[in-house]
Amino acid sequence: MTSGDVKQLVWGAILLALAACVPLVANGYWMSIALTIAMFTVLSTSWALFSGPTHYISLATAAFFGVGGFLVGTGMSDYNTDYWTMVVIASLAGTVLAFLVGLATLRLSGVYFVIFTLGLAEMIRTLVSWIQNNFTGSRGLYVLTDLGEADIYIHLVLVAALVYLAGWWIARSRLGFAMRIIGNDEMVARHVGINTAFSKVILFTFSGFVASLVGALIAPRYTYIEPNGVFSPELSFIVVIMALLGGTGRLWGPIVGVIPFALLQEYINANYSNYSTLVLGIAFLVIVYFLPHGVLGRLEETWAKRRRSTW
Amino acid sequence: MVETSLVLAVQNVTKRFGGLVAVNNLSFDVSRNEVMGIIGPNGSGKTTMMNLISGALALNEGTISLNGRYISRLSSHEINRRGIARTFQLVRILPSLTLLENAMAGMVFGHQRLWGEQARHEASKLLERVGLGGQQSVPATALTYIDQKRLELARALAAKPEVLLLDEWLAGLNPTELQEGIDLIHSLRDEGITIILVEHVMDAIRSLCDRCLVMAAGAKIAEGRPQEVLSDPEVIKVYLGEDI
Repeated sequence: MTSGDVKQLVWGAILLALAACVPLVANGYWMSIALTIAMFTVLSTSWALFSGPTHYISLATAAFFGVGGFLVGTGMSDYNTDYWTMVVIASLAGTVLAFLVGLATLRLSGVYFVIFTLGLAEMIRTLVSWIQNNFTGSRGLYVLTDLGEADIYIHLVLVAALVYLAGWWIARSRLGFAMRIIGNDEMVARHVGINTAFSKVILFTFSGFVASLVGALIAPRYTYIEPNGVFSPELSFIVVIMALLGGTGRLWGPIVGVIPFALLQEYINANYSNYSTLVLGIAFLVIVYFLPHGVLGRLEETWAKRRRSTW
Repeated sequence: MVETSLVLAVQNVTKRFGGLVAVNNLSFDVSRNEVMGIIGPNGSGKTTMMNLISGALALNEGTISLNGRYISRLSSHEINRRGIARTFQLVRILPSLTLLENAMAGMVFGHQRLWGEQARHEASKLLERVGLGGQQSVPATALTYIDQKRLELARALAAKPEVLLLDEWLAGLNPTELQEGIDLIHSLRDEGITIILVEHVMDAIRSLCDRCLVMAAGAKIAEGRPQEVLSDPEVIKVYLGEDI
């Protein structure tokens, strides 16, 4: 480890500690926004660990997130299982699912991968609704705990710490280097001895694990779990848009997109709630046309240009 | 144990793309430290043969073995780890990485592995060797076509392969660069690397190859020393057409 590496770890720890202090100062309204931001920070950052270097755009986040929330709801309502036991079971189930999906999608690339992941999330949502309607009765699933928003927020900050630490490690590991090579040219990657399938599945599984863990941890916030809600495809799109808006080139890129976009969404939902989908669409167009490498990528380009012109 | 000099054995290999037979029942052997040329008109199956050896394509029939062990059912990353490295006919560099990272890419996962400071050190020596010294942190996209070819060679050499596949690596070089390229390949051979090259540049074939194989329409039509093969009437016919 170089001194630069250690410095990054120290800075990361300080910022996370500060983030953990938010509940001390925030009131109910801002606590709720902070919770949303924490949730999307974890989702977008872990999404970018896989999709950033490889450019495989996954729209399956909602599938794993939904499995997390739905299993916690089912376990607690139908089987009287304890909340924390269900968090463990739900995130394990999400991990296994992500592993299987990763294996199944190995041969797909580009737009086929995108469509498959979107279709998969929808299929799981429909399947779960169908099972619920036909076999388990259409009873609602309740997640009743004594956890408040501040508690859930702290849990998510801890998961964020885990994700950032994992990302920091991956960037310095052979796995991270392999992912960058795969993102550049998968054919070359195979021909320099990289087991591309293995590397991709490992990272895809990790991001699936994180998404299902977040789904499970956030469940107490909603109290009432409904498949159409937790498996909502909009969640997958928002995660992608936030990560791309910030920039996936760096570990802390996604949060640069998450914070402004979450605030914007909050404002739109409060004032013009009919237009929230429209805002999603416009944001997507803006990113594709004007910020292909995200806000951070744009800043870095400008910075590099300025340095060159002062020579 | 007596050291066998046979490194690569291709036996009765056939590759079909639908109804087209790209490689037809081809067999040849390559001995240790040999430079073997594969020549033939365009579309005769040379690059397909390279792709079959490196595992980029799966063969339909036949076997390929490296040091007596079958590699023809392995995937390309496994074949690379056994010690076969290659360059591509259409240069494939890693555009978003620096030159140093491009060279390192070849040595982190392959045949002989290095990582960290040691890998950086070896990679910079390799860049020096192929003529790209002092440009380690330059992005690979900044290179000219010829320098990209050098970079690709550095990446292929990075894991100290036993067998190196060069797919038209000398194509498009000017006379000075061609001579440098030929000298470089000579020096690789002196280090004990076995080389199979697909080439159209006849001067290179004559000065580099111990043996060459001539392909036409997927089949072998001649094999032997370059001088003999290139004066074979059959070979002249496929290259220049029939006498009228």
